[in-house]
Amino acid sequence: MNDVTGDAPILEAIGIRKSFGPLEVLKGIDLSLGRGEVVALIGPSGSGKSTFIRCLNMLETPTGGTLRFRQKPIGKDFRDRGDTVGIGTLRRHVGMVFQHFNLFPHMTALENVVEGPITVARKPRREAEEHARDLLAQVGLSEKCDTYPAHLSGGQKQRVAIARALAMEPEVLLLDEVTSALDPELVGEVLNVIRRLADAGMTMAIVTHEMAFAADVARRVLFFDQGTVAEEGTPETIIAHPTSERLRGFLARFHQ
Amino acid sequence: MTYHWDFHVVGQYLDLFLWGVVYTVLYTTGSIVIGVVLGALACAARLSSWMVLRATARVFQELFRCTPLLVQLLWVYYALPLLLGTSIDNRAAALLTLSCYVGAFYAEIFRSGIVSIDRGQREAALALGMSRGQSMRRIVLPQAIKRMLPSFINQSVIQFKNTSLVSVISVADLAYMASVVNGQTYRPLESYTVMALFYIAMLLPLTQAADYVEKRLRASD
Repeated sequence: MNDVTGDAPILEAIGIRKSFGPLEVLKGIDLSLGRGEVVALIGPSGSGKSTFIRCLNMLETPTGGTLRFRQKPIGKDFRDRGDTVGIGTLRRHVGMVFQHFNLFPHMTALENVVEGPITVARKPRREAEEHARDLLAQVGLSEKCDTYPAHLSGGQKQRVAIARALAMEPEVLLLDEVTSALDPELVGEVLNVIRRLADAGMTMAIVTHEMAFAADVARRVLFFDQGTVAEEGTPETIIAHPTSERLRGFLARFHQ
Repeated sequence: MTYHWDFHVVGQYLDLFLWGVVYTVLYTTGSIVIGVVLGALACAARLSSWMVLRATARVFQELFRCTPLLVQLLWVYYALPLLLGTSIDNRAAALLTLSCYVGAFYAEIFRSGIVSIDRGQREAALALGMSRGQSMRRIVLPQAIKRMLPSFINQSVIQFKNTSLVSVISVADLAYMASVVNGQTYRPLESYTVMALFYIAMLLPLTQAADYVEKRLRASD
C-alpha cells in the first residue's frame, strides 16, 4: 500500500472493450484514476458508462484491454498469482455502490455494514461493529443500526450502502447511478454524503445524471457516447462550455 | 345400512399397524434425507457452468418427474434386476426409488429458490470481495431457503403419502399392513379406515405446522 507514489494512478483502464454477443458496448476505453481524484462519467443511457464502471471491479469481464491496480495487472483468478492482482483483492480495495442499493434484506443496517469486514477482511466482530456504528453516524443513520432495509427510505438505504462500501476501507469507490432510483426529494441527502467523501479525499468514479453535482464535485468529466469516450476534460470545458454537437444536445436536456 | 362395525377384531392386530407406522415414518424420513442430498447435488449441477453436468442433472430430474412413482417402483424392482443380472432387495429398491423421486422435485425447488434471488444481491456480495462460495452461503442461500421452505414442506408431506406405494413391492409399511390385516380378518372397512386414521393423525400436525411456518415467514418479510 505504501509503494505507490503521490501521483501514480491507483486504478487504470487501458483500451477496455466489452461485447455482449455481436454487440460491442465498449470500444476501447482509457481511464486513469489518481489518488484522491474524482471522475464523473456522463452520457446518454446505453452509451456504456455503467458497463465500464462495472468492468473496473470485474463484475463484468472485459473482452479486451487491460486493468491495473497499483500498477499491477489484474488477472482472471480470484486470488493473486505472481505479479497479477486477483479479482478478490481488487474488489476488497475497490468498493461499489449500486443504483438499486442491493442491501442484504435479511440483515439489519449494522449487519449489512459489518458483513464485508467480518466475512472478507476477517476483522474481529467488536472492532467491525465499532467502525460500522461510526460510519452509520457519518451518513446520519446512528438511529437506524438495528433497522432492516425494508423499513428504510430509498435515501437511507443508499446511505447504508455507502457505509457498507466504506467499511472495507476502499482506496477507490465506484458509484453507479446511485441517485437514479431515488425520489427527487431524497437525492440531496445522498449527494451530500458523496460530496463530503470527495472533500475528504476519497478516490471516486461516478456514473451520474446529476450534471450540477458532477460539475461541482468532479475534477474530470468523461462524456460517453456509443461505447467510446467522445470527450474528456474539466467540468468547466465539458459541462459549462461544451463544443461538440452531440455533447450540447445531451446537456441541453438537463438545462430546461 | 345395517353394517356392524367391529373394530375389536381389527384392534387385535394393532401391533401390525404400529409396525407399519414405523416403516412408513422410516421410509419417509430416510427418503427425505437422501432426497435432500440428491436434490442439492442435482441443483448444484443445474447451476454449474459445465454443460455436461447441467444436462445430466436435467435428465435425472425429468426422468423421475415425468414418470409416476408407481411405475418407477415397479421398474426398479422388477425390470432393473434383469438388466443388472442380480435381484434387488425390495426395501433397498423402495428407498432408492423414493429418494430419487423426491430428490428430483427438491432439486427444482432448490434451484428456483436460488435463481429467484435478485442478481444484485450476488453482485453486492462479490463487490465486497466475497468469493462465489461466500456470497452463496452468506447472502443468497439464507434468502433462498426462506423462499423455498413452504414448497419444501409441501413436497415432503406429499412424500409421506407417497410412501404408501411401496406396499406394491411388498415393503411392510402402513398400507401393506392394512391389507395384511384385511386378509386376516376379512374386515376391509375397519382395516382401511384404521389405516386412513393413522395417516391423518400423522399428517394433520405436519400440515398445520407447515401453515404456521409459512405465516411466520410471511410476517417477517
